Amino acid sequence: MKGSTVTTTWMSMSPGARVIVVMATKTVVGEKVGMTQVWDENNNVVPVTVLRVEPCRVVQVKTPDSDGYSAVQVTFGTRDARKLSQPEAGHFSKAGVEPGVRLVELRLDDVSAYEVGQEIGVDILEAGERVDVTAISKGKGWAGVMKRHNFSGMSASHGTHKTHRKPGSIGQCATPARVFKGTRMAGQMGNEKVTILNLKVVEADAGRNILLVRGAVPGPNGGLVVIRDAVKGGK
Amino acid sequence: MKPTDLVDQSSLRDDIPDFAPGDTLKVNVRVVEGTRERVQLFQGAVIRRQGGGLQETFTVRKLSFGVGVERTFPVHSPSIASIEVVSRGDVRRAKLYYLRDRVGKKAKIKEKR
Repeated sequence: MKGSTVTTTWMSMSPGARVIVVMATKTVVGEKVGMTQVWDENNNVVPVTVLRVEPCRVVQVKTPDSDGYSAVQVTFGTRDARKLSQPEAGHFSKAGVEPGVRLVELRLDDVSAYEVGQEIGVDILEAGERVDVTAISKGKGWAGVMKRHNFSGMSASHGTHKTHRKPGSIGQCATPARVFKGTRMAGQMGNEKVTILNLKVVEADAGRNILLVRGAVPGPNGGLVVIRDAVKGGK
Repeated sequence: MKPTDLVDQSSLRDDIPDFAPGDTLKVNVRVVEGTRERVQLFQGAVIRRQGGGLQETFTVRKLSFGVGVERTFPVHSPSIASIEVVSRGDVRRAKLYYLRDRVGKKAKIKEKR
């Protein structure tokens, strides 16, 4: 993290231990459109994910003094004002911001540059920059170990009986007489928050509100994604 | 229409001639050697065309010193300087993989008339 331009906050955890919390300096919400490809200047194919980043409006600025942490709450799109619940309507009217589809909170280290009503668009990012993209991954339901952890399963023949896709042994015997925590087993797969670090911005088009990042992004097409500048070094 | 079509629009080429599997093509490929760029000719029969839109690719097969050489290009690749259709082939398949097992006269594709 040394030499990083990302601002850092010193936070004391347990006595004696100090953890550097690196936080993003700029962030924006968008929608995953889909994947395609573009060509770079050397005529090589670059796989890209297209993200639509409509300008979002700041509804609330949270500061350590008022809320105990710093963040900006934004909204985007438009929603029929008659369809808002009373608490939502009050929240938007207090901010004096046109009601949007949903509210998203974006954690930032320093929110002094933001004020209520301000618009954040794709123009804060530029090509060549590294970003982190957070989204909810596609849900796979309750999945077995072969699908969830890439286990090999068992032999199709040689006397294997009804255990072709099972994990096999999950531990030892009388010692330790228990299953270790964290042992990989079947369970819910996907539908969780996933952050992909250090994706390269291929193009940030403020005219069309489109952001192209190299590589894949979690979640389905049309899903909400949060984009922030890379917190772990990548330059 | 796919949602990503708007992004693809700028990369699509409109100077690519119509061609199908069985056709013989002259593909002029841009090759960068150090700082110099030149055009290299790859001539052979199209044995496959697959994919769609910007992702579409085609494969050209030729015999080079008795050895079969196949090269796959993206249709809209900027590294293709130009494509010239030499002849139209009369074939009954979309994928001409059977040419790989044939040599000599049997590997010839009938010309469309």
